[in-house]
Amino acid sequence: METPYNQSDLLKEFSPHLERTSVLQMIWIVFLLGVIGLGGFALYTQISKGHIVTGMRDNVVWGIYIVNFIFFMGVSYAGALISGSLHLFRAEWRKPIIRIAEFITIIALLIGPCYILLCIGRLDRLPYLVLFGRIQSPITWDVIAISTDIFGCIIFLYLALLRDIAQIRDFKEISLPKWKKKMYSFLALGYTGTPEQQKRLQNATDIMAAMVISIAIIVYSVLAWIFSVTLQPGWHSTIFGPYFVIAAVFSGCGIMIITMWLFRKIYHLEHYITRRHFVNVGVLMLVLAALFGYFTFSDYLTKWYGSEKNDELLIQLLFKKYYWLFIISNYVGVLLPMIVVGIPKFRTINNITFSAIVVVLALWINRYLIVVPTLESPYLPIQDSRPEWLFYNATWVEWSLTAAGVAVFALLMTLASKFIPVVNVSEMGDKPVPEEEIL
Amino acid sequence: MKKKSENKSTSSRRQFLKKSLMTGASMLATGGLIEAYLDTSAAESGEKVKVLTTDGTIMEVDQAHLLLPRVSRAESKKGLPGKKFVMVIDLSRCKNARACVEACQKGHNLPKSMEFMKVYLLQDGEKEAAYWFPKPCFHCDNPLCVSVCPVGATYKRSDGIVLIDNERCIGCKFCITGCPYSTRVFAWKHYPEFDIDKQPYSPEASSPGVEGTVSKCDFCPDLVRVGKLPYCAQACPMGVIFFGDMDEDVVTNGAETFQLSQLLRDRAGYRYLETLGTRPSVYYLPPVDRQFPVDRGFGDLDESVKDRYKETPYVKKNKP
Repeated sequence: METPYNQSDLLKEFSPHLERTSVLQMIWIVFLLGVIGLGGFALYTQISKGHIVTGMRDNVVWGIYIVNFIFFMGVSYAGALISGSLHLFRAEWRKPIIRIAEFITIIALLIGPCYILLCIGRLDRLPYLVLFGRIQSPITWDVIAISTDIFGCIIFLYLALLRDIAQIRDFKEISLPKWKKKMYSFLALGYTGTPEQQKRLQNATDIMAAMVISIAIIVYSVLAWIFSVTLQPGWHSTIFGPYFVIAAVFSGCGIMIITMWLFRKIYHLEHYITRRHFVNVGVLMLVLAALFGYFTFSDYLTKWYGSEKNDELLIQLLFKKYYWLFIISNYVGVLLPMIVVGIPKFRTINNITFSAIVVVLALWINRYLIVVPTLESPYLPIQDSRPEWLFYNATWVEWSLTAAGVAVFALLMTLASKFIPVVNVSEMGDKPVPEEEIL
Repeated sequence: MKKKSENKSTSSRRQFLKKSLMTGASMLATGGLIEAYLDTSAAESGEKVKVLTTDGTIMEVDQAHLLLPRVSRAESKKGLPGKKFVMVIDLSRCKNARACVEACQKGHNLPKSMEFMKVYLLQDGEKEAAYWFPKPCFHCDNPLCVSVCPVGATYKRSDGIVLIDNERCIGCKFCITGCPYSTRVFAWKHYPEFDIDKQPYSPEASSPGVEGTVSKCDFCPDLVRVGKLPYCAQACPMGVIFFGDMDEDVVTNGAETFQLSQLLRDRAGYRYLETLGTRPSVYYLPPVDRQFPVDRGFGDLDESVKDRYKETPYVKKNKP
């Protein structure tokens, strides 16, 4: 991108998306609301009848709610990594995709913690987490870390939006309802682009980019420690902190590619988001696939080789009952992106997107295989005559709420793209930073 | 190997019991409706005690109808002074009669699906002997469940007992995953049994149960407070379960009383999964010189209970 784009041309191109919503998009939104409604009904059922309507029982006390929690928190890494680190390194190619990454981060970050709430037996006592919080508990660490992360990411995203909001406010050719105009001028905080303002904004964004990256690493490590501080054979592992961080960035890359593909098609961004972006993010995904595969391998290798009694039981469960899931998540999910991105002639946009879909699914299954089989193989053997007490099977309530989470994600992504251009208009208009100024 | 039991005078215990009950009776004065403290469904003992009600009248009630006094949530955080409770379970006597499980469930007003005491059929290795393994909460001295609780709903008392405050618990279940002994259970819904108990809730009684919270074996501090043994120890027909005080170095099952240190030394007492470093307060005496063959434990079990053990290596191989 040698020559910067003209900002008002760009705005003119994107303004139709902000001005009106097509019929197809309306149908899409109604469909998503329907799925969310089903989730709402499932939630009502769970609250009125108790957690007995879920598949969770005394042995497997955490089911797919926790899996979804880890999953969405992982997805939120897209922004921290792509947006934060590429911003710091001033990678020029990031500009058209940086906004998408920030959207994913903030939206996933708002959905993720909701799943922890679904797991809690007494929602009415939620304030106790603050009122009677104990700093010794990893859950308190998590509460602190996640709320800091959400605040940090909101500030970072807002700083990144500020210039575009000011642009829309000042753009005369766009026809918007009065309340929207007022909203933009309020949100622009009086930014007019004076050199002083530019400098401050640049500094603030740099600081927040660095903060967001480090907070994200802390959040995901704390999340991993919730599992690894316990004595459960499958969880009590020193590798879990970095392993979870890598898995999170990996899934963030996957979601990033899928969203890029969708927005590219829907908003006709072929001109801005090119094969180059898919290959670049794809290469990141390849590196992360290798790291993830390495962590997975060393975790299970040590368990299998030492074959302590309870580790052995877990490995047996994984290789018998969960055989195919294990193969998909830890073999296919690792090897496919390496082959597709690693061999140049396979590197098409569609191939990379397909492998990203597989990666995202594989990582969801990977978390399932971390949470559920461990709880199914405790130190004392489960001796029960009730099948639902022996093995975990998620019920319609849990699946509906999972679908609702995905629908909320899609809905908020859609709505966000209706308020703010999906491509960062101001940054696209900036001159490229000369090499020697980096950092 | 059996030591002659060194019986403590039971009369002094009875006396203590009576005194405690009277204290309990006087506590009624602050409690509200007298009915809440009486269980008229119990068989009459004929022995009457006088109680003072809130409106100042003195009533005479049957002693058997008098419910255990309950301490407040704040009071339940303190342990009984100068005590360190301990349990010894003699595996050589257990024949899976399940009296402990049933008495515990009745005492704590639990539904059938919630067991504070569980009886496992264990077999440590392929060639090793199978044995029945009653498992209460181990009330560890290094309890992971207490460490991980985000709101301090579960706590360790000075007398060694680990309790749960069901009015504080948010139901995150972290403690359940933290406990390596699968001791804790969750109230997945509001069971009808939770409505039996009309007395105000106390963590020492673990009753009435609260939906959406975690509960577990509590070593029955409400019984211990009035000089009684926990429900399981009282109910066991074989005297498998001994309860006592580590500081006094004494444990009893009601009929026999032993010096704890000597019992553990003579019978090679051990703690389950000692390697985990949780330092349990429950000791096991190994299943040697057994009074019953393992198969006796399948005697008159319900089919649903019998089914529990069908996947164990022992049942698969021997088909008792």
